[in-house]
This record gives sequence, C-alpha cells and structure tokens, in this order.
Amino acid sequence: MEHFPALMIVLPLLAAPVAAALPNGRLPWLLTTAVSWGVLAMACFLLATVLGTGPISYEMGGWAPPWGIEFRIDTLNAFVLLIVAGIGAVVTPFAGPSARAEIPQRLQSLFYCLFLLTYTGLLGITATGDIFNMFVFLEISSLSSYALIALGRDRRALTAAYQYLIMGTIGATFFLIGVGLLYSVTGTLNIADLAERLPALEEARVVHTAFAFLVAGIALKLALFPLHLWLPNAYTYAPSAVSAFIAATATKVAVYVMIRVLFTVFGVEFSLGEMPLQPILVVLSVIGVVVTSLMAINQLDAKRLLAYSSVAQLGYMAIGIAFGTTLGLTAAITHVFNHALMKGALFLALGAVAYRIGSTRIHDMAGLAKVMPWTILAFAIGGLSLVGVPLTAGFISKWYLISAALEQGWWWLAVIMLITSLFAVMYVWKVIEVAWFRDLPESRADVREAPLSLLVPVWVLVAANVWFGIDTRFSAGVAARAAEALLGVAP
Amino acid sequence: MDVLGHYNYWIVIFLMMAGLYTVISRGNLVKKIAGLNIFQTSVFIMFISFGYISGSAPPILEDGVTLYSNPLPHVLILTAIVVGVATTALGLALVVRIREAYGTIEEEEIHSQDRDF
Repeated sequence: MEHFPALMIVLPLLAAPVAAALPNGRLPWLLTTAVSWGVLAMACFLLATVLGTGPISYEMGGWAPPWGIEFRIDTLNAFVLLIVAGIGAVVTPFAGPSARAEIPQRLQSLFYCLFLLTYTGLLGITATGDIFNMFVFLEISSLSSYALIALGRDRRALTAAYQYLIMGTIGATFFLIGVGLLYSVTGTLNIADLAERLPALEEARVVHTAFAFLVAGIALKLALFPLHLWLPNAYTYAPSAVSAFIAATATKVAVYVMIRVLFTVFGVEFSLGEMPLQPILVVLSVIGVVVTSLMAINQLDAKRLLAYSSVAQLGYMAIGIAFGTTLGLTAAITHVFNHALMKGALFLALGAVAYRIGSTRIHDMAGLAKVMPWTILAFAIGGLSLVGVPLTAGFISKWYLISAALEQGWWWLAVIMLITSLFAVMYVWKVIEVAWFRDLPESRADVREAPLSLLVPVWVLVAANVWFGIDTRFSAGVAARAAEALLGVAP
Repeated sequence: MDVLGHYNYWIVIFLMMAGLYTVISRGNLVKKIAGLNIFQTSVFIMFISFGYISGSAPPILEDGVTLYSNPLPHVLILTAIVVGVATTALGLALVVRIREAYGTIEEEEIHSQDRDF
C-alpha cells in the first residue's frame, strides 16, 4: 500500500518491454488493459488516502529528500493522476479493435509498448516531487508519443510527428535550462525545497531568467497560443486511440506542470504579481481562444476541428490559471478534468467512425446518424458538453470560469467566453448537421453501427460527462481543495 | 566584471543561438536535427559549467583537499545526453520514413506535395 506512488509508475514501465516481447496479437493488448486498470485502482486509492489523511511523501529507494528523489502526492496531483489513469483505463479497451484496424499487424506489440511508455511518462511527471525527474518523465512521454503519432495511416502523420518532435524538444530543453538556472542558485532540485529557498532569492536576475525559460518551455508543451502549431497536425494524423489518449491527457499534464511551477515552486505573488505573466497569459489566451475557435469552424476534417477546439479549451485553462485566485484555479483544475472527459468522448466517437468508414472528414460523415445512431449521439452529447450546455460537465467549467472573471470585475472576459461558446456551437453543429440531416450516400448504405467493444468506452465517457455535469461534489469539490492548498488558504 | 573569464558561458550562448537559428531557418530536415543537437549540447555545457568551482578538485575524498566540484550536474547531464541521443535517433528515423514516403527531405517540397494531395 505505501509503495503505490512508485508502483503505479513502475508497473507500466516494466510492462512496456514485456508488451514489446509478446507476439503480435491480443496478448499485448490484454496486458496493457490489465496494467491500466491496475493503475486506475491505485490512483483511486491514492486520491482517497490524500483526501483523508493529507499529502503522501514517498522516498525513492529509501533516500531521504531533498537528496533522494521524492514522489509527493497531494490533492492536485492525486487528482491529475486519477484523470490520466482513468482516461488510460477507458482508452486501452477501445484501442484493441481500433488499433487492430489502423496499425499494421507486425507493429501491434510495439504499439502497446509505446502506449505504456507514454502512460508511464505522464504518470511520472504528475507523481514526482523532483523537478529534474519531471524533465526526464516529460521526455519519456514525449519521445514515445512522437513515435505513436508517426504510426498514423496518412503519410502526413510522419511530418506531424517530426514537427512535434522539434517543437517538443525545444520546449523540453527550455524547461531544462530553467531547471539548471534554478539549481545554480538554490542547489536543490526538490520542488518542496525549491519553494522554501526561492522567496529569499526573488530579486536575483537568475531566478527571473529561470522563470521565463520554465514558463516558455511549458507553454510549448501545453500548446498555449501562439505556440500551438504542432498540435492540430499531431492530433489529426495520429491513430484514433492515440488521438483520444493524448488529447485527453498530455496537454492536461502540461497544465498541471504549469500550475505546479507557478504556484508551488515560485508562489503566486512572484509568478503573477512580480513577473508580468498575468497580462501575457490573459492576452495570449483570449486571442488564442477566439482565433482557434474561428479556425475550428473552418476545418473540413472532424478530428482537426476537435484539435483546434482543444487549443481553445487550453486557453480557457490558462485564463483560469492567470486569475491567480482560488476560484480561478478551481475553474482551471475543474476544466482539466471535464475537458479530459469531453475530448476523450469526442475523439473516441470519431475513432468509432473511422473504424467503420475509414475517414473522419466531415463530408464523408454525411447521413451517418442513420446507420451509426449511437456513435453520432455520443458525439452530439460530447459536443454539447464542449459547448457548455447545462447538465453537462462543460457547463460546470464555464460556470466557474465566468464566476472567476466576474469576481475580478472582468465582465468583458465573461462576454468573450460566451461569444466563444457560440463559436463552439457553430463548429459542433457543423459536424452534427452533416451527420444527422444530410442524406446517406448509397455507397454507405451497408455501414453498420460500431461494435460494442468500441461503443462501451465511448459511452462510459459520455455518461461521465453527464454525471459530472449534475453531481459536481467530486470534480469541483476536489479541484477547490487542490486550489486552496496551492494558494495556501486551506486550513 | 570579468567578461572573458566567463568564456564558457559565451560559448553556451553562442551555441544556443546558433542551434536555435539553424532549427528555425533551415528547410532541410536533417540540418534541423543537427541544429537541435547543437542547441541541446549548449545546455549540457551550461550545466557542467555550473558544477565547476575555480581551483576545485574532482569530488573524490583526499587528504588536504577542501574545495570540491559539484558532481551532481554531471550526473544530470549524463541523463540529459541519453535523452538527447534518443531524440536525435528518433528524429533521424522519422526523416528516413519521411524520405521513403515523400522522396525528399526539403520542407518546402513536402509542403507543396501535401497541398497537391
């Protein structure tokens, strides 16, 4: 039990080479599914423990922090771990049939090996309490996700992966420069220790430079507008299961790293008060939300449309972070959770479409609701959640964000959020209109509903969207506790 | 302030800028990877420079030595070098695949092929 923080990283890490060694077929998939469910169970246990008895500190190899590597689980990262593990546990069953259809037979076991490594990296970034360790896990997850994206069927997947590799490596190296500069003035890499020593050094220019490098590096990974250029292609051309997994987790973990660095390492007064980050984040995010929402409306491919909408949604999270208030941070963390649910559901629904018709171009989806009603209905409910219609998870996020904006007296920001929600109606409607109201072409008359093995994961996430739209005690409640702990107002 | 005394940091800045400029300005995919490598290497030199204290001895316990270099940055950089090698290998592997799929490794030509597609 007390080894769970390490075990949930070690388990997928050890399973990865095993999956690669297994023969191509069902075995690697079954192993991955078993591992992801095991990790989910551990994540649930950790969150329950943290909520009950407070933060857990795990000493890697028995070396006491700050010398050894510490895994530190508090409310925030236990929550993010649960998101990553939960999405992983839903996507892996889906990946079985979906990857069999999209990935060459001879690469099946390597696919699951990469999948497990990405999973390891994302969990590791979230669990670790050591900032250099964070960089290492960041690179584990990034390198394996570049390779996963390159497995897409279209040859443009290769250029997308290449572009992501260049941008991602620049981002990670910026992060490394920031870590190096911090180490040079503080002599420590432990996050809790850094947080203790930095306030005395706030005047030092090295610390300011380190802050700039860290934020720029994370912003690249987070796909903050205008550093999002790698994201649309990567999400569009990756295999369906990979798009769903990465869209729902990778950028969310980057948001977590941003929150951790801004609020735990540097502290809110320094990050948003002394450094001019608040205006930068707000201006860039607002422009980003408007521009990428408009670009989403103009897309011809449904996956690409969702990718642009992801950049817009990440803008909402960045706005929540930029407020620097408990309500703003609660909004950002709640949206991390809710957005993982809605984008997971939407990308999985498109994965089911791609499984049956081999395309996600909006034009090719004409009339599909007549033959695949459950898949399109799932897409529609996910879309409503993305728009922020009441009784869906998206509404809760928007509600908190707008309350946080009004609390600051920034009513113009609330107006912009409402306008961009209307843009979201337009791009979601664009897909629904074609799939629901256009006539089904003759050539698609024999298309059948997606198999149950694909529909069940999709509907689990859709149900979660509705559930957390009605009962917010868990999602927003835990997010509020995490925000209070980060800003130091908690008891 | 002694400007030339910190010559290693000038090298770091020069390599960093040269690498980043190569990544941004070159259209050849292999040259981009080379630029990325130079960029990463500059960070390695930066870390190692942090660890050295003028006149210090290697961190091995010895009689009569009181000033030691900090070995931790070296260890960190060993990890970062491994990451760098993996990135380069993966990047070049992708370039090989791109060349197989497009018949070119020039960014411009790849874009124009995708537009026609």
